[in-house]
Amino acid sequence: MSRSPWPRVWDHHELASSYDVVIIGGGVHGLATAYYLARNHGITNVAVLEKSYIGSGGSGRNTAIVRSNYLTPEGSRFYDRSVKLYERLADDLNFNVMFEQRGHMTLAHSDSSLRTMRWRAEVNKVEGIDSSVISPDAVRELAPFLDTSDHPRYPILGALWHPPGGIIRHDAVVWGYARAANAMGAHIHQETEVTGIELAEGKVAGVHTSRGRIASGTVVNCTAGWASLVAAMAGVELPITTRPLQAAVTEPVRPFLHPVIVSGSLHTYVSQTARGELVFGASVDPFASYSTRGSLEFTTGLANHVLELMPAISNMRLLRQWAGLCDMTPDFGPIIGPTPVEGFFVDVGWGTYGFKAGPVAGEAVADMIANGRPGELIGTFGLDRFEAGTLTAEKGAAAVGH
Amino acid sequence: MLVILCPNCGPRNSDEFTFQGETRSRPDVNDTEPSEWRRYLYMRENLADWVSERWFHVSGCRRYLMLERHTVTNEIRDVELVGGEQA
Repeated sequence: MSRSPWPRVWDHHELASSYDVVIIGGGVHGLATAYYLARNHGITNVAVLEKSYIGSGGSGRNTAIVRSNYLTPEGSRFYDRSVKLYERLADDLNFNVMFEQRGHMTLAHSDSSLRTMRWRAEVNKVEGIDSSVISPDAVRELAPFLDTSDHPRYPILGALWHPPGGIIRHDAVVWGYARAANAMGAHIHQETEVTGIELAEGKVAGVHTSRGRIASGTVVNCTAGWASLVAAMAGVELPITTRPLQAAVTEPVRPFLHPVIVSGSLHTYVSQTARGELVFGASVDPFASYSTRGSLEFTTGLANHVLELMPAISNMRLLRQWAGLCDMTPDFGPIIGPTPVEGFFVDVGWGTYGFKAGPVAGEAVADMIANGRPGELIGTFGLDRFEAGTLTAEKGAAAVGH
Repeated sequence: MLVILCPNCGPRNSDEFTFQGETRSRPDVNDTEPSEWRRYLYMRENLADWVSERWFHVSGCRRYLMLERHTVTNEIRDVELVGGEQA
């Protein structure tokens, strides 16, 4: 190992006075959009504006779970494309993103959730996604530390088993996209906060930032947590409520938990990282907020729920907890597409499932910018669906099921 | 922990309440276009600021409350019963 300092993997640039495309938000969505704009469409005069450091928002706060066993055909197809992009991402970016397809298991504690899982499995199979309902015996074999006896308050009646699902190193995904986008010419501007969006005759003309003005006819809002506030700068209303989601991690122990375990009834999901820590996530907090402060209610509730599932880990200690901001939409589907303001696009409303969609969203948004209209894969996720009343129905598989 | 000062019950933990979202004015059902009604149903201001919102004291007096809360700090500065003290 050399003792010399490692070279910077992306460059620092002065803010140019204009760009062909300005992307607001330096998370996985914004950076993937910059990468696919360059790689798939040759559009490289692109700026990614990040008010803090890249990956400081949802991209660095999620629980790093990837899966595609959604409930609706359009949702399943979309996330399946994301899983496929993730499968070859390390090769594409020449960066180890540590994707481990260990399998994703959603537990059924009631007859009704077992019924929804059968429904999901059938939808998934039609879309060619590996997904099936398994018995308590199979659950016991795959995850021996779960309480599969018949006496717990939430007995395990079966599970939805999704072998391609797994966990990934989320920071590496952000860094890999940033390095690759930078190498093809995109400018990544950290600590550059957007303070206003300039319109001229109903079209986007540029953005104002903490470091100066940029002229651009194409601006994409790829933020999470601040999506409504950024859209309001362009006079665009969004059907979003921002809620914190809290997560926690334990001290590291030897590997004992291979698949990702999810319990919708117990509002929790758990996986063991390559380093041996258990990472827990929950559902969103019960009220809207932009605060990322943790709460004791979360920790005590989490401990109760996790010990219902795995009584044997009662002596493990939590190392830390944190929160990220989730932009919830009324139908648990994202909002990708044009807005009433020409040249202003949104890739927002990702709720609690934004990270797993990063690659496919970047690819689809880049395609939309290059071709001027949304492609088939995202056709049902437009902002206009709320006014038209044609909502998606993804709550059954997206609400807690990570 | 968020504590809400219920005018009926005194200071209570927020987990006794259900959050019902920011206050919005409801269009007249008899005189509104479907698109306008859907805008009322779905669109939100979602401000990072002082916001007027409605909560329901579901595990307490079961009254609806209007309160002003700052959505960045979660500080609460004003709580009133919907419909006044007598309703």
